[in-house]
Amino acid sequence: MSEGGSFKDMNQIITVENVSKRFSPRLSFGEKIAARLGSPIETRTVHAVDGVSFAIRKGEVLGLVGESGCGKSTLGRVIAGIHPPSAGAASIDSAPVMNAAGRKTTTRIQMVFQDPFASLDPRIRIGETISEGPIAHNLVSSAEAKAYVARWLTAVGLPAEAAERFPHQFSGGQRQRVAIARALAMQPDVLVCDEPVASLDVSIQAQIINLFLKLRRELGLTMLFISHDLGIVRHISDRIAVMYLGRIVELGPTEAVYAAPQHPYTRALLDSVPKFVTDADELVSFKPIEGELPSPLSPPKGCHFNLRCPKAEARCRSERPPLDEQGGERAVACHFPL
Amino acid sequence: MIDPSSPLARFWDEFRHNRIAVGALVVVVLIMLIALFAPLISPQNPYDLATLVLTDARRPPGFVGSKGFTHWLGTDAQGRDLLSAILYGLRISIQIGVMAGGIAFCLGATLGAFAAYFGGKIEALIMRIVDLQLSFPAILLALVLAALLGQGKGPLIAALVTAQYAYFARTAHGAAATERSKEYVEAALSTPLSPRRVVFRHILPNCLPPLIVVATVQVANSIALEATLSFLGLGLPVSEPSLGMLIANGFQYMLSGRYWISIYPGVALIVLIVAINLVGDQIRDQLNPRLRR
Repeated sequence: MSEGGSFKDMNQIITVENVSKRFSPRLSFGEKIAARLGSPIETRTVHAVDGVSFAIRKGEVLGLVGESGCGKSTLGRVIAGIHPPSAGAASIDSAPVMNAAGRKTTTRIQMVFQDPFASLDPRIRIGETISEGPIAHNLVSSAEAKAYVARWLTAVGLPAEAAERFPHQFSGGQRQRVAIARALAMQPDVLVCDEPVASLDVSIQAQIINLFLKLRRELGLTMLFISHDLGIVRHISDRIAVMYLGRIVELGPTEAVYAAPQHPYTRALLDSVPKFVTDADELVSFKPIEGELPSPLSPPKGCHFNLRCPKAEARCRSERPPLDEQGGERAVACHFPL
Repeated sequence: MIDPSSPLARFWDEFRHNRIAVGALVVVVLIMLIALFAPLISPQNPYDLATLVLTDARRPPGFVGSKGFTHWLGTDAQGRDLLSAILYGLRISIQIGVMAGGIAFCLGATLGAFAAYFGGKIEALIMRIVDLQLSFPAILLALVLAALLGQGKGPLIAALVTAQYAYFARTAHGAAATERSKEYVEAALSTPLSPRRVVFRHILPNCLPPLIVVATVQVANSIALEATLSFLGLGLPVSEPSLGMLIANGFQYMLSGRYWISIYPGVALIVLIVAINLVGDQIRDQLNPRLRR
């Protein structure tokens, strides 16, 4: 099942091959006995990411969208080398991101997190937060660290004096700029952004998005941009990947996917976005997706979307649809694409 | 100066509203200072046998001795001025309590934090040993070790550390397991930084609040434990009497009415331990968000 195989010949930098990530509850000996005796302890495994393969091309922004709980953040963390995958591997220019012992072996991929109040160590000054990685990896000497930090703070639009302060002295947007500076100071080729604006005020969101676009242009970054906000993803991404319950169901150039989604889930997701309509004839027409996201503890057999899909047939309930190319650089995992 | 909005300044602002805790803190600081300057303020050097006069032995409080100064708290069986003996005893008790507590803190916190960081088999091994130890009374373990290692400060501290590091390890493990899953640790992993740096620079400093609470209680406990061991004759040599040994020395005279030899060292011990515990309680209440008003 190497569905992304056909992209191999292209100009790709990140390869994700058949990656799965399962989380099993860590049970103590006593809990195992209690579970056997019928006490309601969760022993089942969560399949957060289920056999995902795709590639990210050099210099592109790939948007990864999906509902909360679909595994997109977990996939991002596997690519960024925070979680070792349970199966498969993510690699950058053919070099695996993590070694067999589960330690990250590259600095070329860095990550920006969702919550800038949690992602900065509250007890450490901004300057050290930014410089500790580059110093540890000999990108800069301790003596030059101060100037180096100042350069990156300026690059993300903060004053150089910010280095002396602690995270609690900054607003959410400023903290997110610090988090971006920390990631960029490692001089990465790839930036994994996990919902980087979701916890910010709308007015700040645009500033941070513009900062990403500016930095991408100036530094030639490749980005994996994870978000549930379809508007932002459309604005920033070259291609998008749609994820549902641990699997990628559709992949393709952003405008093509938005204009004509091929997977019923993508269609439903796009239809569920509330729109402001200026034309009175075309009044508010958003449809929520029927049903709820099934629990990743017990995903349905076959296509994961079959419980909510209007077009589901017997085959969808038994056979997993592979992510097949549809021509025009598009791929969809559906037995009956739209 | 301290930034008025800094966490420390806010902590002190809240702390000073509890008069009992502030009083206890003053007592602790005062006792620490007295212990530190004991050689300067005590009327007699109780370790210098040449200054002891046997005819002055077992005299009641207020007795004016042959050396011409008043024994405010009386004298013990060797003719030692009890006030001086208590001051020196405090010095030793605090010294041992703080050293044992400090070493147990470093050892336990490191073990607990690394256990939480690595997880899996390493965590299981470390934490099972800790659990096993916590299921024994600390005094039992300390007694066996003190008997095995012999007398003296070094062996005594080793026995106390072995009996107490488990409390720190348990607390550090719990706190570190919470910190481990926070995004700033994930950020450090994605950099990547070495496990040593992540644990010592990021995880442990964020685990400090609960550890400080345990530390205050455990310093008081090691002082009490040391006193117990010395009382039982397994602690320090007779030449360096700690509070526990002073109590033990006077014990046999209690029924003959010479209460002061045991009672005054006992009072000093109780005041010190209660004061440390009161300060520790206040710190714990302030760090526990559920008790916040």
